Amino acid sequence: MRRVRAEILNTRKLGAYHSLTLVAPEIADRATPGQFISVAMPDDRQFILRRHFWIHQASRRGGWAGTLEFAFDPHGPGTEWLAEARAHQFLDVIGPLGKAFAYPRNLNNCLLVSEGYGAAPILFLGQELRARGRRVDLVLGAASEDRVFKPIEAKRLAQTIVIVTADGTMGERAGAVDVLPEVAQATGTQVIYAAGPRRMLRAVAEFCIERRIPAQVALEEEMGCGLGVCLTCAVPVIRKDGSGYDNLRACADGPVFNAARVFWDRWMGGETGAVHTPPEGFAVVGPWPE
Amino acid sequence: MKQNLAVDLDGVRFPLPVLAASGCFATGRELGGLTDIRKLGGVITGSLTFEASRGWPTPRVTESPCGVVTAVGNQNPGVREFVAEDLPRLAKTGIPVVASVTGTTLQEYIRVASILRDEPGISAVEVHLSGPDRESRGLPFYARIDRMGEVVGAISRLSPVPVFAKLPALLPDVVPAARACVRAGAHGVSLIDAIPAMVVDVRRLRPRLGAVIGGLSGPAIRPIAVAAVFRVAQALPQVPIMGVGGIASADDAVEFLLAGAWAVQVGTAMLVNPSAPAEIAEGIAGYLKSKGLASPGDLRGRLRLSEAEGMGGE
Repeated sequence: MRRVRAEILNTRKLGAYHSLTLVAPEIADRATPGQFISVAMPDDRQFILRRHFWIHQASRRGGWAGTLEFAFDPHGPGTEWLAEARAHQFLDVIGPLGKAFAYPRNLNNCLLVSEGYGAAPILFLGQELRARGRRVDLVLGAASEDRVFKPIEAKRLAQTIVIVTADGTMGERAGAVDVLPEVAQATGTQVIYAAGPRRMLRAVAEFCIERRIPAQVALEEEMGCGLGVCLTCAVPVIRKDGSGYDNLRACADGPVFNAARVFWDRWMGGETGAVHTPPEGFAVVGPWPE
Repeated sequence: MKQNLAVDLDGVRFPLPVLAASGCFATGRELGGLTDIRKLGGVITGSLTFEASRGWPTPRVTESPCGVVTAVGNQNPGVREFVAEDLPRLAKTGIPVVASVTGTTLQEYIRVASILRDEPGISAVEVHLSGPDRESRGLPFYARIDRMGEVVGAISRLSPVPVFAKLPALLPDVVPAARACVRAGAHGVSLIDAIPAMVVDVRRLRPRLGAVIGGLSGPAIRPIAVAAVFRVAQALPQVPIMGVGGIASADDAVEFLLAGAWAVQVGTAMLVNPSAPAEIAEGIAGYLKSKGLASPGDLRGRLRLSEAEGMGGE
């Protein structure tokens, strides 16, 4: 983990999203898929917390060596400010943060599933898996065509790809989870990786538990510091022996977790105020990583 | 003139005047790569309960103008696990450790403090009083001065190290509360605790925090904290005060020191800039030099007050 002043090399719109490429060799050299960076906001604003983003690309070689790309959906004061940032401006960046996806040791057929900008870490992962000789199949979902993240790059990367949108403006009119059984069957999926909205991740986890397919999910939770000190980004994770759960930190213990060990009911409970006791005897599908 | 940044809070010595506020430092490993932790005057631990606590459901953090609203719910491993695992690690850094103690009953406070009393690695205790008091139907302990006195008194009696009561600024007047804590045996006070606050997501018609109400911290509360420090310092000039609330720069810290604080704590700013305490301590040194002063303590009582100006007005 390093804290650097990183120059913006490139800023561009990607459909509904926005992408920034930074010169940050200290971070790019160490970054692996599933990790994130934190970006400080300017001093003179009303919003003060750092913002956290998935690392989408970290180039170690070639003409882009030492650069780092991240993408986001401009929807609040921080991301809107970043979308307006200009090339050659400097950002205060900390990274790489968090625990990355683990690569399968013995299994070969990897199905990568994402919705929205969850594709940012997922496409990075696809590249790394390909570089390790794994088969990569992709399911890319989004609300609409302008939210399908880098479909051309995705097509180049994957053995097979299915693109779906909620409104049918690109590919089939469906959610990523709807096509999962069929794609997993057709591609002989042995491992699943997913990133995207909670409801989709939970459905992926349920599918994987039922089929006994090992799966990892990259989660998002509201973060204060991103460094592991403020304990705000708690994710309830079931203990290995199933004896209960612990609130782990998405930023430091995650953001990648074994899909079968996230206590989804608790995390997505939606109740306010109640701190309940865990049910006993969870079914744990593992082992993961192998 | 030889400058010395160390501060002595009437027997509690910190090598630098800027400490990490409760809940912003974890175990010391997390920030190790980003800042030189030896440049901290001290560390106040996250608030410790007797049994492990999982804390509130998420979301636990949201923003408001110039501030952060958090509701963590004292997630912590419990005081015994803290003593076994985290404290040795913290002690090894050589930074003074101030243990923050909390509970939902007087009995729990006493049990937590009893575990800590035999630990040599602890320089002082800070009593967190904004948790719900089961005997007052869940109102915070600070809602009743008598309850605050009971808790702070009990801990002060059994603690071998000095005890600081962390007080809110929202009482009708913070001075009687501070006085009650000192009478009960507190060595000093920390001013102020986060301010109860709530943010609503109007699009989803929902509170932004899992706990619904959290605590506001950050620059938004700084002037409120400075006023609280000032009032207590005026009324109880002999009582050591740690100023806390929205300090992000050396000037902010100097405001507190001029208002009467003996040391300061940095919380929210550390989440944004882990080096903030070190930078603030350096800035205080520069300020002292520019004023020809030798130590942070020299700022106390130096606030120029015109007699014609009111001091308690709105």
